[in-house]
Amino acid sequence: MVKAINNVESPEELQKCQTGIRGLDEITDGGLPKGRPTLVCGSAGCGKTLLAMEFLVRGAAQYNEPGVFVSFEESSEELVQNVASLGFDLNGLIAHKKMYLDQVRIERSEIEETGEYDLEGLFIRLNHAIDSIGANRVVLDTIESLYSGLANEGILRAELRRLFRWLKEKGVTAIVTGERGENTLTRHGLEEYVSDCVILLDNRVEGQISTRRLRIVKYRGSSHGTNEYPFLIDEQGISVLPITSLGLQHDVSTERISSGIPRLDIMLEGDGYYRGSSILISGTAGTGKSSIAATFANATCSRGERCLYFAFEESASQIIRNMHSIGIGLQPWLEQGLLSIHAVRPTVYGLEMHLVKMYKLINEFKPEVVIMDPVTNLISIGSETEVKSMLSRLIDFLKASHITALFTNLSHAGGAVSLEQTEFGISSLMDTWILLRDIELGGERNRGLYILKSRGMAHSNQIREFLLTDRGIDLVDVYAGPGGVLTGSARSAQEAQEKAAELVRRDETGRKKRELDRKKKALEVQITALRSEFEAVEEETNKLIQQEEIKEKVLAADRAGMMRLRKADADS
Amino acid sequence: MKETEIENSTEEFEHLLEGKENEIYVLRLYVTGMTPKSTKAVLNIKKICEENLKGRYELEVIDIYQQPVLAKDEQIIAAPTLIKKIPLPLRKLIGDMSDKERILLGLDLKQK
Repeated sequence: MVKAINNVESPEELQKCQTGIRGLDEITDGGLPKGRPTLVCGSAGCGKTLLAMEFLVRGAAQYNEPGVFVSFEESSEELVQNVASLGFDLNGLIAHKKMYLDQVRIERSEIEETGEYDLEGLFIRLNHAIDSIGANRVVLDTIESLYSGLANEGILRAELRRLFRWLKEKGVTAIVTGERGENTLTRHGLEEYVSDCVILLDNRVEGQISTRRLRIVKYRGSSHGTNEYPFLIDEQGISVLPITSLGLQHDVSTERISSGIPRLDIMLEGDGYYRGSSILISGTAGTGKSSIAATFANATCSRGERCLYFAFEESASQIIRNMHSIGIGLQPWLEQGLLSIHAVRPTVYGLEMHLVKMYKLINEFKPEVVIMDPVTNLISIGSETEVKSMLSRLIDFLKASHITALFTNLSHAGGAVSLEQTEFGISSLMDTWILLRDIELGGERNRGLYILKSRGMAHSNQIREFLLTDRGIDLVDVYAGPGGVLTGSARSAQEAQEKAAELVRRDETGRKKRELDRKKKALEVQITALRSEFEAVEEETNKLIQQEEIKEKVLAADRAGMMRLRKADADS
Repeated sequence: MKETEIENSTEEFEHLLEGKENEIYVLRLYVTGMTPKSTKAVLNIKKICEENLKGRYELEVIDIYQQPVLAKDEQIIAAPTLIKKIPLPLRKLIGDMSDKERILLGLDLKQK
């Protein structure tokens, strides 16, 4: 099929007419078939008229293509009013000749059929309308009303066939709306005549929650998305969301961003999470998941980046108050517009609608970080597979936009499901998975944190004790010793014991040292005493030698004197 | 029901019918150029008017090709269309005016 399309070298490739409706141009691969009629069908109240009207308004406002709206149901005034609430200024467009409204009113009671007729009157009106503003776009809403006004179906069929042919010849891109039939797309088989492009709108209620969906039933000569796409009608008109798991081709970033908890960053190779990765924090109630999420939000805003916080359990003010108690001030970020908290109950609308809303908010706010707290609550509005499919689409979208996403997951302790298992098996979608768990020991509960996995980094395999202080989150080492892993006061006690033992050891050493010092000093004293004794003895000795010398001298002098007296021979 | 009452009501009805007989008819026939259906319709309605409303009708034939704005203003979809503007209620007769019975019904010239 794909090959065939590639091989076709047609000079006249099907031209597309952009609708300007968010998302619709993407799933139709460029818009509606230009110059051809498109059938939009669906049951009452599913948004046919609005889609058609937005096609014209956007055409006129964005693509400078004037449009004609022929209404078979609502009056011009009603139409103007109805779409004014969506921010479309029809009167302005009409005044600038960008738009032409014509209401075709058929009252069966007023009409009597008296023989052969045709719908040339309608053709003339349409022709006049198109020519008077040079329209490129036409809407017929809902042409099937003709069936209720005119009895002769044979004539109607022939005339409708002629009308669609005429529209093609006229070269206008048209939207024809039709009411959904029992087993057919439209009640009167309009799909027989309009064969180029058929779009089906649907509004289904499942579990008391209604979701609008759009599907392209056929699109001749063009590739198109085949899924059912949820769509949303809000203050800005329709947005169709082509959020699908388009593939895993998004390029990744090697940039790292801090989790806001220094010790956790250290556990993650010292740098924190990867930008654009998805992080799952799971744990039982009260283990501090929201606190980690809020810390991350705080860190994000401190860097001057934007953070979008989806809260499914608490209101914005409650989150701010609670986080204030652990020293995380989120209020200033809200005021600076860096943080946006969207608190909504999951049951407000369907899963797809949540996705659509999130998609829209993310596109509007353009955050660097998205937090969903807790993602588990979505299970209340969808089945496991639905939630998983929705989340995988959301994560793909976030990754493609390089948005870091943090999800919290509430697991139930003691249940059949173990802690290391997420409710919808979403863990496989996550890049980093941090598990918080209660550690019960010695009659108290403490929080433990460890990293179960973190793709693309050598993360720590250690359990850390997780403390909520009034200055935020702190991670401390748990005591891992011969007595096992200790946390909380048991850890403190163990640590105190060790400190005491250490002190004792330190005392002992000091004492020994002092003793030795004393001994040394005593010895020194002895040495000094001996030395002075030695000096005294030496002095005595010197003195003795001197005296002896003097004695010798005196004796010698005496002998010489005697000799002189005896006058003895000098030679004898 | 008493005999006299029935007589009275019949009288009343006839009286009403007499009144109708004097009513002026304002009719507009919208056609699309000189198509066979258009010419047929013009001929047919003229004949019927002459036969039933002689001297008290006003028939205007309008070509909506020439005046397309009128098609919007008068809510014309089908062609040919005959509009009975007066007397009220307003009524639209569509087709080539070949079904005489239906035309008389539509113009309130005949009761069902």
